Formats: sequence, structure tokens, C-alpha cells
Amino acid sequence: MAADALTEPHATELSFYDTEDAHHHEAGGSTLLGFWIYLMSDALIFATLFATYGVLSTSYAGGPSPREIFELPLVAVNTALLLTSSITYGFAVIAMQDGKLRATQAWLALTGLLGIGFVAIELYEFANLIHEGATPMRSAFLSSFFTLVATHGLHVTFGIIWLGTMLVQLGQRGLIPENRRRIMCLSMFWHFLDVVWIGVFTFVYLLGVLR
Amino acid sequence: MNDATHSHADDHGHGHDEAPHFTRRGYLIGFLLSVVLTAVPFWLVMTGVLQNAQTTAIVIVAFAVVQILVHTICFLHVNTRAEGGWTLMAYVFTAVIVLIVIAGSLWIMYHLNTNMMPAAAMEMGPQP
Repeated sequence: MAADALTEPHATELSFYDTEDAHHHEAGGSTLLGFWIYLMSDALIFATLFATYGVLSTSYAGGPSPREIFELPLVAVNTALLLTSSITYGFAVIAMQDGKLRATQAWLALTGLLGIGFVAIELYEFANLIHEGATPMRSAFLSSFFTLVATHGLHVTFGIIWLGTMLVQLGQRGLIPENRRRIMCLSMFWHFLDVVWIGVFTFVYLLGVLR
Repeated sequence: MNDATHSHADDHGHGHDEAPHFTRRGYLIGFLLSVVLTAVPFWLVMTGVLQNAQTTAIVIVAFAVVQILVHTICFLHVNTRAEGGWTLMAYVFTAVIVLIVIAGSLWIMYHLNTNMMPAAAMEMGPQP
């Protein structure tokens, strides 16, 4: 009975799904959408961290306030690095579309270098803060600050590792369809991190210094 | 050369289906917009041009929202056509959840803070 119900309307109703499936999905055809869903769930992690920071951002516990410890010129340099890395990654995607392997590798390598610069400056900033006694243990504000900003920095670090892996894969296989798909996934990952950084520099650094 | 290699890439069919063609112009427009949208807030805060801190705050938050949209459209290529609209659907859904989580947390915790100050709690304590 149940089997009948399943097979009977097949010709009329289910054929719609069949035909779409047949010409729409090749191997890895849904990878980009799946990766996008992952990024959206990652956005929820950052949302909770932003909310935590927002709630705790004035709980100084007698420790330093944002205005005393944030160095905006340093943050501006970092923002410039990450923003520039977005456009260099964009050029890598353009080079990939044009089928230029060398140019793709060069733009990806440049993107990776900019990312390394970003992480280096962030570590320098953290080292300075900790040296001044503004450690994550000092106050709830600093705990939430380090958690939020370091989580983003960790994402960028993994992005850099992925970029390195990508360069090796490109060197070995060239611009095969699988590598093109990976480059597009990494593209979303990298630009997504830039979007998160917009939230960080606006809500943490700029609004912090204003307060 | 350029056109030849490109049509070759199209012939694969594979890469074409997954990645619609992105233009250098699109990336450059997004980059120029985001440079302006980043530079202005930093300039406002670092020079203190607007005397009022609250006005400055509203302006830089507005700039951030616009810049996030610019990045979403120009760099992340979210539009109504990509993946049959599912990327946009997931994006909008996530944006709603993100707003609820952040605004809701701030709202609730702000009221808890103001209603449950330690001093007030101590005064209330002995009463039945």
C-alpha cells in the first residue's frame, strides 16, 4: 500500500525533481551551497561572541577601558591589509576564470602574505596589551575582547593555511574543476572573514574608543 | 589569447555552472566603495570632527551596515539567481537570527543590569 503510494504519482509529480536532478548536479555541484551554509553557521558563532562582547564591554572591573588600550592607527593598518587582501583574492578568481594558472597562484600568494601581515600585527597588538597588563584575565571586557578578536584571527590563520594548501594543489594539478571549486569556497571563506572584520573594527575598536 | 582560454574554460561546463562569471569591474567597484566606507569612519573617530559622540556612533554604524552589504553583493556575490536563490535565503535567515541574538542579548542584559544593581538587591533583600 505504502509502496503503491510512493510509486504511483511518480510519473506526474516526482518527474519534476528527477529532471532537475539529472541536469543540475554533477559531482560537487552542491558543494558551494553547502559551504555557504557552513559560513552562515559560523556567522552565528560570531553573533554570540559579538553579543557577549556587547553585554560585557563596559565591565572593566577597575581595569583599563578601550580608550586607554586601543591603538586606532594599528587597527587602521590591519583593516587596510585585510581589505586589500579581499581585492587581491578577487583578482585571483578573475585570473582563474581566464584560465591563467601563474596569475592565479601569484594573486593567491599575495593574498596569503597580506593575511600573514594581518595576523602578525594582531599578535603584536595582543603581546603589547598583555605586556601592559591588559590580559584576558583582567576584566570581563578584556575576556570577551580577546575571545571575539582572537576567534576571528584564528579563522584568518586557518584561511592562510588553506591558501598554502591551495597553492600546492594548484602547483600539482593546475586549474582542474576540483581546484576551481576549492578556490571558490576559499573565496567565500576569505570574503566572509572580511565582513566579520567590518563588525569588529566598527563595534569593538571605533565604538570602544568613542565611549 | 584571453578569449580563447576563456571559451575553453566554458567548454568544461563544470566550472561554468558552479561559478558564474565575475568581472574585474565588479571587484574594483566593491573595493573602492569599501575603502571609502572604511576610511570615513576611522577619520570621524580619530579626528573627532563630529563633536557629538552619539552622532558619530550612529554614522559609523550606518557605514558598517552599508559596507557589509557592499561586501555581500560585490565580493560574496549573493544575489537572487545564485544557487536558485538559496544562498540569499540562507543569508537573510542568518541575518535575522544574528540580529535577534545580538539585539535580544543586549536588550535583556541591559534591563537585568539596571533592575538588579547590587545596591538595589541588598535593599530589597530583607523584605518579604
